[in-house]
Amino acid sequence: MRHIRAFGRFWWDFVVGDDPRAAAGAVLAIGVTALLVKTGVDAWWLMPAAIAAVLSLSLRRAADRG
Amino acid sequence: MTAGFLIASAFLASAVEFVEALTIVLAAGVSRGWRSALAGLGAATLVLAVIVAVLGPALTRVPISALRLVVGALLLTFGLQWLRKAILRASGFKALHDEDAIFARELEEARTARGDQRAGIDWFGFTLAFKGVLLEGLEVAFIVVTFGSAQGRIGLAALGAGAALVLVATVGILVRAPLARVPENTLKFAVGAMLTTFGIFWSTEGAGAHWPGQDASLPGVLVFVLVLSLAAVVTLRRSRVAVA
Repeated sequence: MRHIRAFGRFWWDFVVGDDPRAAAGAVLAIGVTALLVKTGVDAWWLMPAAIAAVLSLSLRRAADRG
Repeated sequence: MTAGFLIASAFLASAVEFVEALTIVLAAGVSRGWRSALAGLGAATLVLAVIVAVLGPALTRVPISALRLVVGALLLTFGLQWLRKAILRASGFKALHDEDAIFARELEEARTARGDQRAGIDWFGFTLAFKGVLLEGLEVAFIVVTFGSAQGRIGLAALGAGAALVLVATVGILVRAPLARVPENTLKFAVGAMLTTFGIFWSTEGAGAHWPGQDASLPGVLVFVLVLSLAAVVTLRRSRVAVA
């Protein structure tokens, strides 16, 4: 059990890292893009805008923590 | 995307990881003996080769749109981590990566560790080199497999990574010291921007949207990410100065 948890922890740190909210924001943006495409909107512009917002908020949180 | 862009991205990302792996192998070799360090290096390289050989062909069987969605999402979360840390380093909110300091720390730990010989190999030296190369190499394997499979050209991504390995290993053998003069923090910044760019590009395509000009828009996305990142560095530096 300990090894499975360590394995999961490794992959979590590897892909998500120390700001899960940034990762969640990126995944949410992909989901919204897919939804817009389903409704007929070619929303290629959404990801760059969303990532700019996600990165800015993540950096602000890190800077506030010092 | 051009083949050159793919090779250059895999080369840069891999070079950064190989420089870090070299520091650990050097520390293990100098303190615990080269036989153990090289055995650890060889074993880790074998494991990594198996991972790429198994995952690479398996991923080519996944439909390209699904692959780009998953690979794009993974690269995006992974790339955002790199970029965030690089921006925080460049703006003074995080300590710069220093290979000399890391080498000194690893060396001290390795020299004070207890000896445990098995089959003529120092177990601590072997484990130190094995873990170091495996962990750094996993990032290279991840980049080669994701970059290559999303573009259907794993061979080209592996070529870029292989060229980085040859270069770093050759320089490492010649100088026998950590490659502290490599502009590692700048490289990490560039790699973070590239990973994030590919993540944005492929996840958007995977979600079903179409970029204007298709692959030709990739450099535009890269410029957008670089401008955004540099603006963040300037803003954070100013806020740091204002607080001080």
